[in-house]
Amino acid sequence: MNEITAAEQVGFPILSTLVFLPVVMIVALGFIRNDRALRRTALAGAIAVLGVSVILAVQFQRGTTDFQFGEQLPWVESMGLSYHLAVDGVSVLFVPLTALLVVVVMLSSWTSVQHQPKAYLMAVLAFETAAIGVFTAVDLILFFVFWELMLIPTYVLIKVWGKGSQRGRAALRYVLAMLLGSAALLVGFVLLGVSYRSAPGSGGALSFDLLVLMETPVPVGTQTAVFFLLGFAFALKAPMFPFHGWMPAALLEGPIGMAVFLAGLKMGVFGFLRFVLPLVPDAFAAWSWLVAVLGVVAVLYGALIALVQPDLRRLLAFASVSHVGLAMLGLSSLNAQGLQGALFLIMNLGLVSTGLLLAAGFVHQRIGSTDLAALGGLAQRTPALATFTLVVCLGAIALPGTSGFAGEFLILLGAFGTHTWLATIAVTTVILSAAYMLVFFERAFHGRIRSKIVEAAADLRPREMLAAGILGVTIVALGFFPAAMLGYSSASVDELVGRLGPAITVAAED
Amino acid sequence: MDVTGITPLLALLAPILGAAGVVLLRHHPPARELCGVLAGIVQLGLVASLVPAVRDGGTVSFTLSTFLPQASIELRADALGVVLAGTAAMLWVLTTLYAMGYFGTAPEPVLTRFHACLCLTMAATIGVAFSANLITLFLFYEVLTVITYPLVTHTGTPEAIKGGRRYLAYQLGAAIAFLLPAIVLTYITADTFDFVPGGIFGPDASGTLLVIVYVLYLLGIAKAALMPVHSWLPAAMVAPVPVSALLHAVAVVNVGVFCVMRVVLDVYGVERTGELGLGVLTLVLTSVTILVASLYALRLDNLKGILAYSTIGQLSYMMLGMALLSPGGRTGAVLHLVGHSFAKITLFFAVGSIYLATHRTLASELRGLGRQLPWTMAAFAIGAISIIGLPPTVGFVAKYFLFVGAVEAGQWAVLVVLAVSTLLSAGYYLRILRSALFDAPVTVPAGGSGGTAALPRVPTITERGALVLVPTLLTATATLVLGVAPGWLLDLIRVSIG
Repeated sequence: MNEITAAEQVGFPILSTLVFLPVVMIVALGFIRNDRALRRTALAGAIAVLGVSVILAVQFQRGTTDFQFGEQLPWVESMGLSYHLAVDGVSVLFVPLTALLVVVVMLSSWTSVQHQPKAYLMAVLAFETAAIGVFTAVDLILFFVFWELMLIPTYVLIKVWGKGSQRGRAALRYVLAMLLGSAALLVGFVLLGVSYRSAPGSGGALSFDLLVLMETPVPVGTQTAVFFLLGFAFALKAPMFPFHGWMPAALLEGPIGMAVFLAGLKMGVFGFLRFVLPLVPDAFAAWSWLVAVLGVVAVLYGALIALVQPDLRRLLAFASVSHVGLAMLGLSSLNAQGLQGALFLIMNLGLVSTGLLLAAGFVHQRIGSTDLAALGGLAQRTPALATFTLVVCLGAIALPGTSGFAGEFLILLGAFGTHTWLATIAVTTVILSAAYMLVFFERAFHGRIRSKIVEAAADLRPREMLAAGILGVTIVALGFFPAAMLGYSSASVDELVGRLGPAITVAAED
Repeated sequence: MDVTGITPLLALLAPILGAAGVVLLRHHPPARELCGVLAGIVQLGLVASLVPAVRDGGTVSFTLSTFLPQASIELRADALGVVLAGTAAMLWVLTTLYAMGYFGTAPEPVLTRFHACLCLTMAATIGVAFSANLITLFLFYEVLTVITYPLVTHTGTPEAIKGGRRYLAYQLGAAIAFLLPAIVLTYITADTFDFVPGGIFGPDASGTLLVIVYVLYLLGIAKAALMPVHSWLPAAMVAPVPVSALLHAVAVVNVGVFCVMRVVLDVYGVERTGELGLGVLTLVLTSVTILVASLYALRLDNLKGILAYSTIGQLSYMMLGMALLSPGGRTGAVLHLVGHSFAKITLFFAVGSIYLATHRTLASELRGLGRQLPWTMAAFAIGAISIIGLPPTVGFVAKYFLFVGAVEAGQWAVLVVLAVSTLLSAGYYLRILRSALFDAPVTVPAGGSGGTAALPRVPTITERGALVLVPTLLTATATLVLGVAPGWLLDLIRVSIG
């Protein structure tokens, strides 16, 4: 694979800046005692990262499969390790998405987190460093380091700032699940590195560099082993049915901020796109039926459970399981529509999950609860909040005219070509998701006002209106102009499909 | 001639800007309402300016956004689209004026929402009318569903919410469960989403699959209210009259039938539809719908209920005409789309005026109203005569073409269906008219403040305001004008059916 260096494109190591700016902020926060100054500094840092990530997105060259903004430093040369960061069309937009979510999380915790705000903000920034690292690392072991690094702030955030009484258990469960996945991930990565050493042209050296490994086909036997190891790790993270047990617990027990990250950043699906598809395409194609079946089961299962959830956060957890299933169905269709659709869908989930949790935050601030029993009739008092929530809900349903549509439509288009019957079943999920989202909306916002608190609730204030407006407009705009986002990934996705192309014929001959 | 032009986009943007204006002027009625009227007039002008370009079979297209090499959001105005858009735009202006008279112009947030949604409904309708491919069509079709939901639930009562829920469930459910798969399967078979006159399927496409996909289209386009996906329409009757008028005459059901026409003309093509026996299939389904809906209407007393079932039957007339596949049938279908809009909106406006003046909603309560509300009842009579299909109204001309079409196609059974259903609709409309014109007025017990308490008296009833009356009379007049001089419209329609 070709690479364009950061020096050629922007003249400074922009990816390292993005990864380490939050670390600098953490250090800076250490010197601040004033509570207000603390929050402002942290927010300023998060906005700075967002600004730089926007520069990244603007400077990114579309229409090429090259990795861009590359920067490489030797790390452990004897083991073939290097500090190597770069982004391509698949990964580039995840960086601004992460930065955006961090800003939203900070804003939403402005008044709601009173316990040890300094440590909370530090944990959020640490998470940002690790997450951006995950999206930009192209050395497998470096990726693994960032992947593991993410565990610590996540654990602490759930354990210390969680709302539920079971938060300790939820945090532990999350960590154990992730460690199990990590073990498989590491073994898989090592297998890939070792397999490279025995390939002709490697000169007997190890390499864990994605760009190098992509040039070297992996033997079919190794591919199958690596597929299952990596697949397990990413399926756990996604979370993909039947490995989703930790997700509802973590979302419900953890703080809202953590829920934004867990529901909004689909790193498991990203892992499939980043490593599994390009490195072990034959195994993925051969087992794509399994991915498709699990995907469809998840789609149905998640949607059915979401239908009966009384709390927005649990609803979101299962809706998220359902959507990940749909994304996996898209990947398993092995064509450009399916892959583009999956990528678009998970980007949309980032926006929509954020929107829903933001709405939940607004509701929580006014009513003191997100339980449906406490709501009802809210739209009469807060029309702007109701409108915003409705737009986000429609985005989650993937209604045409919202950002959800293009992703879901492309996935169905791709899947109908490959797995016609499974795709037919998956269509029903869209109806179910419409059902659970709209039932939720109706119960929360329509009907009779049942409590004095709702009676007295005030509508969105200007600052809240701004945040909601930006998100709402983005969701609608992407519904009519999805090309703005798809243009980034089309070349890289075509290249990925090209890798899967010969694999399909191999699978067919078997 | 096929050209690229910005006019279709401007026609789409006019109502969107109108909606923005409505929201900005929310504290300043009636400027708020007039903003909607202005947007409607601008839109009408833009649509009219497209007529010369499409009259000779040309198109004007504009690509909004591309999201796959094969799939783009593209607007393309052709004759059929202009017919729908023009009808909708004209009636939108009148509906807005009528709504001003019906609801008044208080600076209430509910009315701001109403007028803003009205504008956006028009944007979605124009979007459907000018869709160049199935994706664009689906997009605006769904937007239309969502944007009309707040209109259906306008009053906010529990019944309204319940009716609205049914409306939404039917529309979204059918569109996702049937229409979306139909579109995807179409693409997989034809390798394109584009509308092409004469159809897009290659000669080697599997017949069985095409039949299945066609049935999916008919079920998925619930807005056309073909049985068994019709029951949202009576449920949506909980909405106030101006909304019902909009649903029945301007936007929603017209869009539904229009989509079916697009599928027949530009996805399957007339020839393919005939070869696969889909015409006959549609004839059977629509005939059943027409007869059952007429029988239903016959035993109802609620005025809006009667109109709802009448609409279900009339929509099937249009699809039946299209399914005859003969030139006469297709011409009658499109003409009936226009004619029914004017006639049905007249009926709704009249029913609304009656409600405003008397708070009566039952057909049996209209006794003797002809003398008390002469203008309103005259308009009602014209609308009813057009729906029955008697001269000199546009309904007669449309029905004439349907009869001709049935003869051309050799579908004698259809002639019987048309004849029977004409008798049935005459049954329920003439019953109302006779009672309104010739029976003695409804009386009420005299007021109790002393005097001769025993004698019942006729309450004083007068017409309510020019803003409700003038739109009603205008649409009634249009029903007559189109009946007497349909020539120019027929020229456009002949182009539109290929």
